[in-house]
Amino acid sequence: MSQPKTLFDKIWDSHVVDRQDDGNCLIYIDRHLVHEVTSPQAFEGLRNAGRAVRRPELTLAVPDHNVPTENRAGGIDDEESRIQVETLAKNAKDFGLPYFDMFDIRQGIVHIIGPEQGFTLPGMTIVCGDSHTATHGAFGSLAFGIGTSEVEHVLATQTLQQRPAKNMRVMVKGALPAGVTAKDLILAIIGKIGTAGGTGHVIEFAGQAIRDLSMEGRMTVCNMTIEGGARAGLIAPDQKTFDYLKGRTMAPKGDAWEKAVAYWSTLPSDDGAFYDKEVELDVADIPPQVTWGTSPEDVAPITGTVPSPDSFAGGKREAAQRSLDYMGLKAGMPLTDVKIDKVFIGSCTNGRIEDLREVAAVAKGHKVADGIHAMVVPGSGLVKEQAEKEGLHKILLEAGFDWREPGCSMCLAMNADKLKPQERCASTSNRNFEGRQGRGGRTHLVSPGMAAAAALKGTLADVREYLK
Amino acid sequence: MKPFKELTGIAAPMDLINIDTDMIIPKQFLKTIQRSGLGKNLFDEMRYNDDGSEKADFVLNREPYRHASILVAGDNFGCGSSREHAPWALEDFGIRCVIAPSFADIFHNNCFKNGILPIRLPEETVNALMEKADRGQNAMFTVDLERQVVVDPDGVEISFEVDPFRKHCLLNGLDDIGLTLQKGGAIDGYEAARAETAPWVTPDAA
Ligand code: SF4
Repeated sequence: MSQPKTLFDKIWDSHVVDRQDDGNCLIYIDRHLVHEVTSPQAFEGLRNAGRAVRRPELTLAVPDHNVPTENRAGGIDDEESRIQVETLAKNAKDFGLPYFDMFDIRQGIVHIIGPEQGFTLPGMTIVCGDSHTATHGAFGSLAFGIGTSEVEHVLATQTLQQRPAKNMRVMVKGALPAGVTAKDLILAIIGKIGTAGGTGHVIEFAGQAIRDLSMEGRMTVCNMTIEGGARAGLIAPDQKTFDYLKGRTMAPKGDAWEKAVAYWSTLPSDDGAFYDKEVELDVADIPPQVTWGTSPEDVAPITGTVPSPDSFAGGKREAAQRSLDYMGLKAGMPLTDVKIDKVFIGSCTNGRIEDLREVAAVAKGHKVADGIHAMVVPGSGLVKEQAEKEGLHKILLEAGFDWREPGCSMCLAMNADKLKPQERCASTSNRNFEGRQGRGGRTHLVSPGMAAAAALKGTLADVREYLK
Repeated sequence: MKPFKELTGIAAPMDLINIDTDMIIPKQFLKTIQRSGLGKNLFDEMRYNDDGSEKADFVLNREPYRHASILVAGDNFGCGSSREHAPWALEDFGIRCVIAPSFADIFHNNCFKNGILPIRLPEETVNALMEKADRGQNAMFTVDLERQVVVDPDGVEISFEVDPFRKHCLLNGLDDIGLTLQKGGAIDGYEAARAETAPWVTPDAA
């Protein structure tokens, strides 16, 4: 029998176009997503060299970072943002790429619309000039972020020059308790392995807790793999994966579908496959998680307190002190005492329909606390439409949430949605770096339910209080 | 990528160590949608006054150095961030070769991706070239990559080292994309085989 292989090995081996003696490989790229920020120079490079896009139908372009999330009909005020978006539209047209403009119902955050359209499929290689491309690994596809030169390389050749990554497995045991979600699970993992824990590896998430997650939840987990230092996350495809994809616009149909499912079913890692690194975690007893600092590894249970920098060793102690100073927090204070100003619900981490259902379930029949601005930004036009069909927007509007148009929004504050200096935000996004949501802004990463609970309380709060 | 074979041109002296990528192209120009057009902002803060007028004493604002195609600079050129905008700006201005005692790693790499030849020479040699570059109209250098020599204004030849693979790429104007395109046959073959075994890879139209 041949050597047992991991899911990663199988995808890698089936994409090698050419292997050089020095170990460098040319690998084929099945899917390429493009947004307006990291692509203009790549297209310009093609033009200057007189090159075409090799397989335009394997690329999908959409503006997301710079688009306004309100009054879209009024266009984009900021000139540089507007030019970046217009440039993408022109490039898509000139090079014949499928493109969803900001008035298209299918427009949304690249990592939300890929799966939604059935563009993302198991066993594929998927890239985008964006680090959160890792999201698509939830389907059992090898998905990772690339730089602008590589974007151009993919457009021109549909390949990339790469060396294989190492295999790492994170085994997640136990069943998540009520009120504890995929977001809490991935925050707990990053808290455990650290932001460099996955460096040089592709992380495969396995175990009962992962199998139990919906596809939405699996996307949330893979999305933040990059915050754990790995370029890509992977979850083996199963019946849930196939059920999610079946009938999606760009997914295979009929005979092709049957063949695809038969192949996808061979992808899960073989018993006895070798992993360079293995980590185990039991989530049966974890409370909801929240970040207190300016690195995604600065994680604590909501039932806990702000840690003391002295509880860390080496360079991390200084970093923790710097984080607390920036965040305006004191060691020892209960996290549920931390007052907030804003709430941001959305992003490619938590901007899907299931996330909005979670928020509505908590918000129903309550009111957003005085003085709190709580934004809800659906991940795509289709997510927004679905939510409205289910009447979720009514529940949210009634409770005092701000219901907006799809895009990246305050996940990185490249459009008009920003925190002011020292404003504090409970956010469902993925990065709490200094200034990420606006200069001087303070970010606490939480699950959608936790963000909703914070909006109602006006402080960081334990969502489980609202679920009794 | 433009091939780099032999270059004859004016060499501008920049007797400064640690010229970083922020000096080469300040961050306010990174929001551009283009790779070209950055030449006018090359060394922006050293080159222009606040009102946008030129600083008369900056070397690239003086004749004949406005037309320089070679820079002779101090140690650790190109340190700082990884921005590919730095070589983009140099190239757009017309600089195709930088001679210095040492370069920052990432910048050094980025140069080769953009048709620029970075040449490392011992500090004394660079100092001697710096003086010769200071001679105005007579600061004409020739850089011959094939023979791996710099010919200074006095006709003195100085040889330099360069990685053979990178030399091959520069001489032939091969960027990564160019190289990959040489494997076009393998890509065609892969695609044809894949269309048989995994026909679903081609998506149904959106
Ligand atoms: S939502 Fe945030 S993390 Fe996701 S693609 Fe947009 S900016 Fe990046």
